Formats: sequence, C-alpha cells, structure tokens
Amino acid sequence: MSIDESTAAKVAKLARIKVEEDALPALAQEFNAVLGFIEQLNEVDVDGVEPMVSVTPMRLKRRVDVVTDGDQQDKILSNAPDAREGFFAVPKVVE
Amino acid sequence: MTDLTKLTLAEARDKLRAGDVTSVELTETFLKAIDDADALNAFVHKTPEIALERAKAADARIAQGDAPDMCGLPIGIKDLFCTKGVASQAASGILEGFTPEYESTVSQKLVDTGAVMLGKLNMDEFAMGSSNETSVYGNAINPWRRGNDDAALTPGGSSGGSASAVAADLCLAATGTDTGGSIRQPAAFTGITGIKPTYGRCSRWGVVAFASSLDQAGPMTKDVRDAAIMLEAMCGHDEKDSTSVDLPVPNFEAMLTGDIRGKKIGIPKEYRMDGMPAEIEKLWEDGTEMLKAAGAEIVDISLPHTKYALPAYYVIAPAEASSNLARYDGVRYGHRATLAAGDGITEMYEKTRAEGFGHEVQRRVMVGTYVLSAGFYDAYYNRARRVRTLIKQDFENVFAQGIDAILTPATPSAAFGLGEMTDADPIQMYLNDVFTVTVNLAGLPGVSVPTGLDSQGLPLGLQLIGRPWEEGDLLNTAYALEQAAGFVAKPGKWW
Repeated sequence: MSIDESTAAKVAKLARIKVEEDALPALAQEFNAVLGFIEQLNEVDVDGVEPMVSVTPMRLKRRVDVVTDGDQQDKILSNAPDAREGFFAVPKVVE
Repeated sequence: MTDLTKLTLAEARDKLRAGDVTSVELTETFLKAIDDADALNAFVHKTPEIALERAKAADARIAQGDAPDMCGLPIGIKDLFCTKGVASQAASGILEGFTPEYESTVSQKLVDTGAVMLGKLNMDEFAMGSSNETSVYGNAINPWRRGNDDAALTPGGSSGGSASAVAADLCLAATGTDTGGSIRQPAAFTGITGIKPTYGRCSRWGVVAFASSLDQAGPMTKDVRDAAIMLEAMCGHDEKDSTSVDLPVPNFEAMLTGDIRGKKIGIPKEYRMDGMPAEIEKLWEDGTEMLKAAGAEIVDISLPHTKYALPAYYVIAPAEASSNLARYDGVRYGHRATLAAGDGITEMYEKTRAEGFGHEVQRRVMVGTYVLSAGFYDAYYNRARRVRTLIKQDFENVFAQGIDAILTPATPSAAFGLGEMTDADPIQMYLNDVFTVTVNLAGLPGVSVPTGLDSQGLPLGLQLIGRPWEEGDLLNTAYALEQAAGFVAKPGKWW
C-alpha cells in the first residue's frame, strides 16, 4: 500500500493538523517508510487469535455512580486560552 | 566531607535518620548542582522554593521519628507528570503555559512520603522519541562522553532529562515513564538503573497520556536498592485509574537478598539480532555467566514473535496517541493559534495543532489516524492487536516452563551522538527500542542494569524481564547481577 499526496492530505485533515501543500510529498514519503515497516505484520498467521483488549486479565474496577467532585469552574477554566463569563470561548461554530 | 550529591537514596535516607545531614542541606546542595549544570539541559523547570519548603517539612517529620523511606530525599520529576501549580508541558509547545490545578497520583504519593521535588525534567515531546531530540526545550545532554571527544551524546529518550540528571548527580533519583523503553533505554545510555513495573502497578492518573495501554511510570535511580525503595513509594492502587491494580505493594527493598540460587534465567535466541555489535554480544554473555556463577540455571528459550513487536508497537502506540492527543484542540488549555479573519473552529484546530505539535508528534498522530481510519482499521490496528496477543503468549509460555526472569541486552548500542540520526529514516530511530518494546506490549516488568563499558568508555546495560507483579523477585535478580557486575564508573564532570 503506497500513500500518495492526496491520501496524506486526507489524513492530515482527519487528524486536524494543517499541512502546507509543499510539505505533502515529504509527508507521504515518511508515511510510506513507516507503513512499509508495519507491513511485516502481514507475515504473521493471526487466524483464530483474539485482538488484545487488556494486557492484564482483569475486570475493570467499578464504583458507585455518584458525583465525586465538581463545582470547580474557576480551576477548570484557569488554563483556557480564552474563557469568558464562566465558559470556554471559541470561534463562531454555527452561522 | 562527603560529597552529598554522590549519595544513593538509601545512603541519604540513613544519613538523614542518623542526623548526619538535614534535608535542607541536601536540597541546597542539589539546587546548586542543578544551577551549575545548565549545559546538560536536564532540569527545564526548577522549583527551588517548593524544594526548600518540602525539605523543611521533611526535616520536621524526620525529627519526630516516623518518616517514610523517601522523606527528605531530593528528586526530579519528568515533565510528563502533572504537578500542581508547576509547569507541566510534556516537553510540547502545545502545553506552553499549562500549570495544572492538580497533582498526578504518582507524584502526590512521592509528596506524601516527604520526597523533595527539585524541578521538572526534560524529555521527548509527549514521550515520543528515543534521544530527547523532539523536546520543545531542546536536547538534554548525556553527561557521558566518548573518551576525550567532546561531541554531545544523547542521554536516550524519552526520559532523557531524568537519566542525565541522575547520572550527573543533580538529584538522588527521578521519575520516568516507559511506553516502549523510555525508562530502560536512557538508563542504559547513562549508566543508571531504571525499572518499568508491571502494567497497572503505578497509577497513570495525572500523567500526560501517550499510549494508554502501554504507558507505565517507574523510578530511575543510581542502583537497584534505590529502585526498590522508590518503586514502592510510587506504586499502589488508585481509584482514579481503572487499570491500576488493587494488589498489596510489597516491601521491595526487603526482598533484596542477592540469593538467586536455583532461579531459572531464560536467554531468548530471537534477541540475538543480525548485525548486533560484538560488544553488546559480549556484555550479554558476561551477564549470563555472572547469573550462572551466582547459582542461577541458564535456559535457552524462544520468543518466536519478537521480530513483530516493533511493527505492532508502531501501529498500536500511534493509534492510541492519535486518540489521546485529540484533546489538544486549543480550547481548554495550552496553546491556541492566532486566527485570521474568517477562520472558523476547524481552522483553529488545524492551525493550533500544526503550531503546537512538533514534527515527530505530528507524524505519529497522523500514522495513528491512518491506521484507525475506515477501511484500514482491520488490516492494521486489529492485526497489530492480534500480534500483540501472540507476543504476550510467547512470554506466558516460557513462564509456564518455570522461567523466573529473562536476560537480554537493554539497547542495541551505546549512546549515540545528538544529531547523528537526523538524516536517518524514522525506522532507524525506532530500532533503539527493539529489546524493550516487547515488555510493554506484554505488560511485564523490566529493569535495566548497567553492567559494563564499551571501548569508548560509554556505559552499557542489560535488561531483566520478570513475571507480572513479581517486581520484588525481578529486582532481587537485578541486585545479584549488579553485585556481580560491580559497575561503579561515573562520567567525568565537564559541565
């Protein structure tokens, strides 16, 4: 599987990372190097093998479904690049 | 007068308890050593006020006579751990200015034992790298040099700052994290000890996530005893991390008897790579002989899927990273790009992430996005997860045969020069983790112990891999290896 520039552009879009047009050929080449390496996995017979979900055979702990914290709006907003009137502020999303 | 910076954790603990030295004295000594070592670029956020405040509190606690082992001991914290009120950037531009309102569970445990944080340590951006060259702070430098050559060498990565700081005696010990070898490879490159515990031993809460199914925190220390002491302080169940295991934490230090008679040590033939340097081969053989001489039984074993560990890792880790790093969107914390007139929210995401993430992080996020995208999910991601199952089964099979620990080289080479890999394709850099990455995929504990020097005078390490949850036994085997190897070399001070 070889990645061309338009696929590289599509992946960049999906990842929400702006990649300039002139950087796409090099990016596609890097993808191909990494994917070429990954292709080795096709040599492995994985028939009947379950994909690993958890490396430790354990049932995840459960807890009671209750509120354990909250009421800390100031702390949550303290690192926001733009916070106004108790909210995160972002560019206009809907017209 | 003893040089306080040369002490181990255990020695410093005993001196503090005996009243030979105070935590404030120790802390002041290290703060000065750190200020004199800016050339190493290991400490990237210094916290002298916090350090002295905690040192004073520790001295008071020690005076009362009920201080835990780590009380009053000055350490460094990798920048990946969120520390309340102190910059925690994961060495990324996208977290510029981020000061957490909370403390990671592991660093909080260390605070609770009275350990003294000297500052935050350099690392590869988001722990993605093997040479500390992807850091927004610039390279951390290895205190070791090749003979009289003053070329700057990498301390390894991703915990490069931690390794450099411990090797250069800028702190007694440091925290690291390990997703594919990020504790063990830098430990080997700098002549120190580093252990990645079993997945689930240390809480991941408050540690900036890279690949959640692989990430584990662990200590980086001057010797095995110190690793035992600090690991005990770092691990334990945490309700805030559902993958943290609810098992009792043993007194690891008490398990260091050095007696490994009758233990079965596996030597996996698949780790004998083509083109392995003769020095690494010899190091491994010498280590095997040392364990044998200490009474262990040496057994040749096979881990047939070893070859596929790195390619599986380079599907799974980027996939998880692409998901974890989706949170850096310029809304809730960190960097936000300056927008042009008419830019909407999509442009904000795209520009923010392009400006904030470095090249290697962008590449891994995009590779992860690709392997998870519609049409490729099965071919790449699910296949890699199946191969991961097989890799874990390889280990289960040898443990079922009675193997107690597995001995391998820690790295395929000694520390290389900064910039030497710049023109290599990314795969060359990824090969650094060839001996360590299997351990993360299988969730096992692994420890790197310095056992020799190469012909240029650089340290080399061996890795021991243990059974899940048996860090105590693993550390005891490491202790026996350390005793036999008698590694005492230190880098000459040039900084």
